[in-house]
Amino acid sequence: MADDLFKLYQDVILEHNRKPRNYVAVDPATHRGHGYNPLCGDSIELTLDVRDGVIHAIGFQGESCAIATASASLLTDTLQGCSVDEAEAITARFRAVMDGQDEEDLPAGLEPLRGVRRFPSRIKCARLAWASLEAALAGDGEDGAASTEG
Amino acid sequence: MSQVDPVVSTASGLDVDAIRARFPILQQEINGKPLVYLDNGATAQKPDVVIDAVSDCYRSYYANIHRGVHELSQRSTTAFEAVRGTVQRFLNAPSEDEVVFTRGTTEGINLVANSFVRPRLQAGDEILVTGMEHHSNIVPWQLLCDATGAKLVVVPFSDAGELDLDDVAARINKRTKFVSVIHVSNALGTINPVAEIVELAHAQDVPVLVDGAQSAPHMPVDVQALGCDFFVFSGHKTYGPSGVGVLWGRYELLAAMPPWHGGGDMIKTVTFERSEFAEPPQRFEAGTPNIAGVIGMGAGIEWLMGLGLDKVAAHEADLLAYAHEQVSAMEGVRIIGNARRKAAALSFVMDEAHPHDIGTILDNDGVAIRSGHHCAQPVMQRYGIPATARASFGVYNTRAEVDQLVASIDKVRRLFA
Ligand SMILES: Cc1ncc(COP(=O)(O)O)c(C=O)c1O
Repeated sequence: MADDLFKLYQDVILEHNRKPRNYVAVDPATHRGHGYNPLCGDSIELTLDVRDGVIHAIGFQGESCAIATASASLLTDTLQGCSVDEAEAITARFRAVMDGQDEEDLPAGLEPLRGVRRFPSRIKCARLAWASLEAALAGDGEDGAASTEG
Repeated sequence: MSQVDPVVSTASGLDVDAIRARFPILQQEINGKPLVYLDNGATAQKPDVVIDAVSDCYRSYYANIHRGVHELSQRSTTAFEAVRGTVQRFLNAPSEDEVVFTRGTTEGINLVANSFVRPRLQAGDEILVTGMEHHSNIVPWQLLCDATGAKLVVVPFSDAGELDLDDVAARINKRTKFVSVIHVSNALGTINPVAEIVELAHAQDVPVLVDGAQSAPHMPVDVQALGCDFFVFSGHKTYGPSGVGVLWGRYELLAAMPPWHGGGDMIKTVTFERSEFAEPPQRFEAGTPNIAGVIGMGAGIEWLMGLGLDKVAAHEADLLAYAHEQVSAMEGVRIIGNARRKAAALSFVMDEAHPHDIGTILDNDGVAIRSGHHCAQPVMQRYGIPATARASFGVYNTRAEVDQLVASIDKVRRLFA
């Protein structure tokens, strides 16, 4: 179990928590999504500049635990410059991994998040930013709101 | 049983080892470490006497109450009704007819809001609460205000987590129709000066409800000394089952209140033209209650009274003082709630680690705490924080467990440094 804890709070996660990448509000933003976990108060705001089906810029801000923060940071790092289609495919794979489909591949940058699986109470933390992304893209220019509660 | 526990708490004279031995759930390891259960503010674990009382009811005499002439129904009814006497002694209430069984604190507050306060309320009237209420002592009043045009007035508290009685006095006026206050804050641990607040309110003829969810398990409660009009608590926090609790109210007030829920057991006679309601407390107990739950709650309260609530309070005060001393000395850790009078709860935040991360890392060491807003989001907003980590103590906790808590917090510090 100590091993699992170590896997959860490995250097990559702690490092992204300490120095989150793309911790900005993209301005002007074409899409935004807000994720909120009412249980613990974690809150993440994603802003994107999407043009011609490509994510030209993506940033996040908010207040959240190490897992949620690192997940958001890794998300923005991974999806910067991706097409919306690619982003949606990666989101689906990430969701599958969190749902327990261990055989599913993840982009190498997201691999550190796999350890969260061993901590069921923290999966919703890891998913917060991804739920925000889904809300942002589904909103199609409108503000999207998501919750990882329940 | 762990070898490190002090056999006798020097602060209280309680034999904590013997107490721990009565809690089967405490005799286990979590993640390979002895369980250190410090989430008593959320709910307390159950001693064998409670587990046995519930089990014995189902195994040997369970039947519906108040409804049968047969032997089992009579035995169930007798055991169920005996709990009113237990609660009467627990709260030093004048009469056991003032003891209404509910599903818990939340239901008790909603009952008073709907049956007592609602009929007295007009647009422009005010209901006074404090800034440190649990959501269950906020939302029922908001619903009432929405329905009637009344206003919820909130007494703020200081950085330390204390109310200012002058401020309370200044907010009670001719429009104030009801005061509802938390006795001990679940988020901050503050023990509020409830008797003084009651005095201020009564000087203006305003009735007062005391939310005793976090006081009843931890200190002697005397509703006559407090002077309050209603007092509510939850059985699951007084070492009994969940889903049962108590509303105590002055008999003359209960007698003047209409029922909240209608159904069986709360009437004298029913015709399709009209029904005549039963006297309190039955008037407020429509339908088949949680019979074994109430009996289990009674067993838990008897057990607590057998220990002596003054001793329980002394033991937990010692643990809290010890924990305060240890945790406040840690760099990068900030205690939220530094009232002069506190009970049973230690909330804290860390510079580097979020409460959620603290909770996970402590759990890995077998230390169960709660991280979150503790159903007191306005308290979090008051301090500008999203959440806290909270260690909350019960009668079975020990100084050695506080040491484990502190060691685990230190581990968080090192990991996040
Ligand atoms: C101060 C306070 N009031 C009310 C409640 C609600 O109690 P219950 O959920 O048992 O109805 C709690 C429990 O968390 C509490 O701590």
